[in-house]
Amino acid sequence: MKHNLILRVASKFLIPLIILFGLYVQFHGDYGPGGGFQAGVIFSSAIILYALVFGLDVAEKIIPANVLRTLAGLGVVIYASVGVAALFLGGNYLEYGVLGSTQVAGQHLGILLVELGVGITVASVMLIIFFAFAGRGRS
Amino acid sequence: MIDIFINITLLAFLAITAVAMVRMSNLFAIIMLFGIFSFLSAGLFVVMDAADVAFTEAAVGAGISTVLMLATLALTKDHKEKKPLGHRPWLPLAVVIITGAALVYGTIDIPAFGDAKAPPQLHVAPYYIEKSMPETGVPNMVTAVLASYRGFDTLGETAVIFTAGVAVLLLIGGRRSKQSDKKQDEGKDDEA
Repeated sequence: MKHNLILRVASKFLIPLIILFGLYVQFHGDYGPGGGFQAGVIFSSAIILYALVFGLDVAEKIIPANVLRTLAGLGVVIYASVGVAALFLGGNYLEYGVLGSTQVAGQHLGILLVELGVGITVASVMLIIFFAFAGRGRS
Repeated sequence: MIDIFINITLLAFLAITAVAMVRMSNLFAIIMLFGIFSFLSAGLFVVMDAADVAFTEAAVGAGISTVLMLATLALTKDHKEKKPLGHRPWLPLAVVIITGAALVYGTIDIPAFGDAKAPPQLHVAPYYIEKSMPETGVPNMVTAVLASYRGFDTLGETAVIFTAGVAVLLLIGGRRSKQSDKKQDEGKDDEA
């Protein structure tokens, strides 16, 4: 697909919009439908579109495989460390109320961080799986 | 009224897609139909006011999994499904009919859609509906339940996704360095 001009131009126009929509879904999940999981998938689909149109090697240069592996672990670590932080602040594990000055503020912060962790892990794992499958055919 | 019409249309399309998938032998077309099937399901979820579920179904079912299946298909050499060996369809047909009949029989006892007195609505749902806004300040109740009330559950799910990524990496990931492993590659190709 490397020589298809229409696909290249259209995807260059679409990819920023997809990423922007992914970020919207990620951080607007408290107020509308969506959340970390969906945002991660949408974000990864932007990169996958890029990889499909411009080639796998170019896409792997943007997000190298070792970065993806680190990010996949980092998301889970962010999630789990929110729980540990709540423990240190005198609450139960994953009790967000103690994270902020008030119960609601703590909940907001906790949910935001936790969703961020989910989003990072989902996006990077989806890309890991895609690169693993799509990269297997290459010699 | 319009809901019923949309539901019937979507369900009819779902059934047509399913039958078409069973009858086809071109794997590429089947994968595309899978995506359409997921998209129709997402439409059904929207009609049932489950926007979050519809979102996930559209993104994962119609989006990512279709791409992954296409990537897998690109690795296979033969894009046609092999004709199944000749066997009698009666036993599988009987199993399917009995199972389907049991499932349909089971639906008779299921409370009507949106029934306020249904057991799932009486358990923890009233608590979430009343308390989630004052307790968490998050307008989207689904997010509040998912990330806060069921934080342990979601942590487990995230770990599951992480584990899936690790498993894929261990099985087929990790491009080998070009120089040292070329011989091994050739050996593996011979074995395959």
